[in-house]
Amino acid sequence: MTVNITLIVLMAAFFAAGIYLLLERSLTRVLLGLILLGNGANILILATSGPGGTSPLYIAGTPPEEYTDSLPQALILTAIVITFAVTAFMLGIIYRSWVLGREDDVQDDPEDRRVADQDSYDYEDDADIIADTTEFSEAEDPSAADADADRAGRTEGPR
Amino acid sequence: MIAADLAPLAVVLPFLGAAVTFILIRHARAQRAVSISTLSVTLLIEVVMLIAAPSSGTHAVKLGGWEPPFGIVLVVDQFSALMLVVSSAVSLSVLIYAAGQGMADGDEDGPVSIFHPTYLILVAGVSNAFLTGDLFNLYVGFEILLTASYVLMTLGGTAPRIRAGVTYVVVSVVSSMLFLIAIAMIYGATGTINMADLAVKLESVDPATQLVLHLMLLVAFGIKAAVFPLSFWLPDSYPTAPAPVTAVFAGLLTKVGVYAMVRVETLLFPGDRINSLLMVVALLTMVVGILGALAQSDIKRLLSFTLVSHIGYMVFGLAISTRIGLGAAVYYVAHHIIVQTSLFLVTGLIERRGGTANVDRLGGLAKLSPLLGLLFFLPAMNLAGIPPFSGFLGKLGLIQAGVELGTPLAYVLVAGGVATSLLTLLVMARVWNRAFWRSPADAEDPDPILLASKADGSSVGTSRHVTGEDTGRFAGKDPVRLLPASMTGPTIGLVALGLALTVLAGPLFTLSDGAAQEMLDRTPYIEAVLGAGADR
Repeated sequence: MTVNITLIVLMAAFFAAGIYLLLERSLTRVLLGLILLGNGANILILATSGPGGTSPLYIAGTPPEEYTDSLPQALILTAIVITFAVTAFMLGIIYRSWVLGREDDVQDDPEDRRVADQDSYDYEDDADIIADTTEFSEAEDPSAADADADRAGRTEGPR
Repeated sequence: MIAADLAPLAVVLPFLGAAVTFILIRHARAQRAVSISTLSVTLLIEVVMLIAAPSSGTHAVKLGGWEPPFGIVLVVDQFSALMLVVSSAVSLSVLIYAAGQGMADGDEDGPVSIFHPTYLILVAGVSNAFLTGDLFNLYVGFEILLTASYVLMTLGGTAPRIRAGVTYVVVSVVSSMLFLIAIAMIYGATGTINMADLAVKLESVDPATQLVLHLMLLVAFGIKAAVFPLSFWLPDSYPTAPAPVTAVFAGLLTKVGVYAMVRVETLLFPGDRINSLLMVVALLTMVVGILGALAQSDIKRLLSFTLVSHIGYMVFGLAISTRIGLGAAVYYVAHHIIVQTSLFLVTGLIERRGGTANVDRLGGLAKLSPLLGLLFFLPAMNLAGIPPFSGFLGKLGLIQAGVELGTPLAYVLVAGGVATSLLTLLVMARVWNRAFWRSPADAEDPDPILLASKADGSSVGTSRHVTGEDTGRFAGKDPVRLLPASMTGPTIGLVALGLALTVLAGPLFTLSDGAAQEMLDRTPYIEAVLGAGADR
């Protein structure tokens, strides 16, 4: 299979620029990166169809290898439509993100930060077990004694 | 005309339903009736296909009358029929749950009415991905379900959902781009994108090129299936979506990725060239995922991490790639879709009853609502793999397969699988101890709804009794039922379905074993699409 070198160089440039933009933190640049990647992929599909030929309409007597391979073009058409829809949606949520008063930036997950910052000590899991855990304590009012011990155990925890 | 000829309906019906519900966008009740009945009919058709599948064998439906490898085919075999039935059953339960939530809260006049059409399109995309026998059509199926999932993920457009949605969309688009590039490269190497045709032609491609194509596809599907180290996006984005949406995403979307990986491994690139790599990946997915879950206090995030972790079990079975290993993986996929979805649905109920999904702020739910306790306990134990639940049976099958293979790496994987199962139990026990067993008074900064009680001290059934200064999300609203039957009903149904997997384990294992045999043989698939003798 022969391949058109211009297409390959163009594809490489699109991919390189696309990946560079994708690594930015600004959402608009990320979107531009995705568009470039999509176009790069489309050019790659086009390159697989090999050298161009006659348009794929049936002409009597023409040998099959003289026609252009039309399948990649059908694939590209589908891929373009999909990329278009996703781009429109991305623009929508980027705009929404901006309306909500955020910067045009990829935001950190607050819950993720919270989990990462939490103390390794956990009261429920790591507190010392109080010496007397029986429910049939000999103290006169077992429920009160238990509650006292529980409270004492809780305040000791370095929280 | 055999049952498998009905296959296109599994895709077409949800699409038609989506169109009708879109027209009915201002009529909530009619919309609900149409979407629920559409999915019920789809489920019925798929059950008929599944019952016929073992006897009729693999069957290909040629769309538009074009002969393969030129036209698109839909292929029904035991694996795809089983996946269709399980996914439709789960999506129907979630749909009823979501409709019930809308009815209970009376908020169906808002922009949320876009939910029904989008949801049906998602189901159509999932069915298309399970059925298709054409690589580019698989890409289209993925895009249909992903685009629908973008909308569902950002439903309502609140700040946290937009933040999570951006990450989710970018990661999904990148994985789709990788898939598209892989398709282009495969077309360049072989000149076809029909999967059966590829199965024949890829064998004659240079092995080094084969490896590149193989890995490209696996990375693209690995992102969608959330296999470590490509799973980073999932716990970040899933938990912020509405409860029913998270439930259906957790159940179905990652499994479509796993399904695609199974097809790649068995049909397109058979052989054990990268099985060791897959085993290492499976081990890391299981262990790293569950360790992540241990650190979480939000139940939704915690479940997202267990979701990642248990994807590891499916990759485990796939990496063993013997008949018993693959069969156990198929069974495990069916089990996990149902159990993980029911856990997320129950979490939605917990959030409703307790005001939050953060275990530190919850307590005493088992006493407030014993039904909720039971609904959480059963799938939680099922997920952890306690006998006699289906989680145990699936893991047992995987461990048997690992021991049968007997390589050192397989034994490490078996040990990792057992450890992950125990750690899952620990994670579930932590949630149980805090949210269900301890006294609500021990909870840290509990939501007012958790402490609210009637005058006689009994627990409340609606939000009417939430009084005091900080009534939070109930301020100025009409009282709503906390656990309406329209939401608990589908959850009970799904939990019961999870238990039925144990009762029906015999026939189901026969089915998954048959599916594994069909996939390892490859001939039935290739001959069904291309005609007899094509693979010679």
